[in-house]
Amino acid sequence: MRLRFCGFGGQGIVLAGYITGNAAVTDGKNAIQNQSYGSESRGGQCKSDVIVQEGDIYELELDEIDVLVAMSQTAHDMYIDQLEPNGMVIIDSDLVEPREEQSNLHAVPFTDIAYQAFNRKIMGNMVMLGYLVVVSEVVSEASMRSTIASNVPKGTEEMNTKAYEKGLELGRERK
Amino acid sequence: MGEHLDKEHYDLVCKALGPKMQFVQGDVAYAYGALLAGCTYFAGYPITPATETAEALARYLPQIGGTCIQMEDEIASLSAIIGASWTGTKAMTATSGPGFSLMMENLGYAVMSETPCVIVDVQRSGPSTGQPTESSQGDIMQARWGTHGDHEIIALAPSNVQECMDLTIDCFNLAERYRNPVILLTDGDVGHMRERLVIPDREDYEVEFRVPPPEDKEAYVPFEGDENKIPRVANFGLGYHTYVTGLTHDVTGLPATDDADKHTQLVTRLVEKITDKREEIVRVEVEKQEGARIGIISYGITARPAMGAVRILRERGVPVNFMRLISIWPFANRQVAEFAAGLDHILVPEMNLGQVVHPVREAVEGQCPVSCLPKIGGVMHNPQEVSEAVEKIPKGTKGATGGKKGGKKGMKKGGGR
Repeated sequence: MRLRFCGFGGQGIVLAGYITGNAAVTDGKNAIQNQSYGSESRGGQCKSDVIVQEGDIYELELDEIDVLVAMSQTAHDMYIDQLEPNGMVIIDSDLVEPREEQSNLHAVPFTDIAYQAFNRKIMGNMVMLGYLVVVSEVVSEASMRSTIASNVPKGTEEMNTKAYEKGLELGRERK
Repeated sequence: MGEHLDKEHYDLVCKALGPKMQFVQGDVAYAYGALLAGCTYFAGYPITPATETAEALARYLPQIGGTCIQMEDEIASLSAIIGASWTGTKAMTATSGPGFSLMMENLGYAVMSETPCVIVDVQRSGPSTGQPTESSQGDIMQARWGTHGDHEIIALAPSNVQECMDLTIDCFNLAERYRNPVILLTDGDVGHMRERLVIPDREDYEVEFRVPPPEDKEAYVPFEGDENKIPRVANFGLGYHTYVTGLTHDVTGLPATDDADKHTQLVTRLVEKITDKREEIVRVEVEKQEGARIGIISYGITARPAMGAVRILRERGVPVNFMRLISIWPFANRQVAEFAAGLDHILVPEMNLGQVVHPVREAVEGQCPVSCLPKIGGVMHNPQEVSEAVEKIPKGTKGATGGKKGGKKGMKKGGGR
């Protein structure tokens, strides 16, 4: 499965990609993760690519995307053409206007949900990861949970885990 | 450091590094490899795409009692690790193209003074400052011949993050064993890519140390090669008198710059201590298929899309033989010559306009045409373009493509030089 997380630097895009790849290897699968480099990942356009596979990975750069997670309009518009036919699109519905008649679309206001529930917009990426796990099944729920807990700043594990669980709930409702 | 400190060092390193299985960047994996091999000194200057190695070592070296120092430039960085090495410390620096260029003078000094040290070159697109954030395999020939004068160099090229760590350990062992600078010739793509990495148990990897000097200080001849042509030079601080110079020197280490015989003896030994052991140093992986007429030889990150192409072609019923060069220098002459036997054509995909293709062609000695599949600009090959390039190679026997003459034709076909 080829995933691209994209948005603005500061939305936790790189962390989301890193955690997904890390959870995949925890599951015993192979994964690679790449990310935007330099100043753009710290405020400008930002992306993080993850490839998860059972076997060896030979194609290391994403020409086509199976799951596009877009947290900003510019990023969505930049990469939507690379989506495989009937590939999955997950957007923050407050921040991104999808294409008309977009198939396999998941529009959820992740950032606002995080703000309402935790008073922290930055938790939006964790809500998104919970949702992603359920609708894409890219990694196991358990690996994602443990990887989140061990890769967020000390003292924030509980809040991040709760945000992740909020995402799981939203995903299950949708499914 | 002696072997008795080994387990203690390993435990300290493991404590600092954390879980045995991690999802890390290649750049961080070089640092892990260095630490596991017993490196306690790093000197470097930050440069994309190698900075994460310095960052990692700045974090971990102080935790294990080592030293990480940011120097004023890359010239000083290599100087510093050469000095550290002479105290018996295992030392490393990491850089990319522009910094590697600056290191060329001291690389020669390390060769001439027989200083064990490791240089990680995370190749980026050049020449000059080029494309700082984009990857390439453009330093292959610079690693071999960038410093002046006759010499040998050892260089290894990792294809995945696990190898980034494993081959760094090997680089240290080779540096210690042959008393030569060893280069990890890696690239920005594998350097910045995250993948699974498993830290080995101590009993699952070798750690080598340079041969100690003879106990009898009277019998000490610092630069006399042993039966393997490797000198038993004493580290500084052990009470032996050693004069170290980049000038041509005799076995005592003292300059002998106008003596043709002594120069010939010295430089021949420096070369032969490596070339005599070519079979020990060279590492390749070969995958053969029944009925293959085409071979692909690749290395580093490019070996992965090349392996992907081999699988695509197999599914299409086109058998292809594949060789991955894990060591680049000294070159795998015998292995490549044997690989070429019976093939109609060899394709060499690489992220440059044609570098490894040259020693391949030299090793093949006209057995079949050899062409390069070049790619520059910072973009990796994808498996499809490699498989398409194989399918475009003219069908037929070596006779039909004309042997050596066909080689030139093949070169044009592959777009390389």
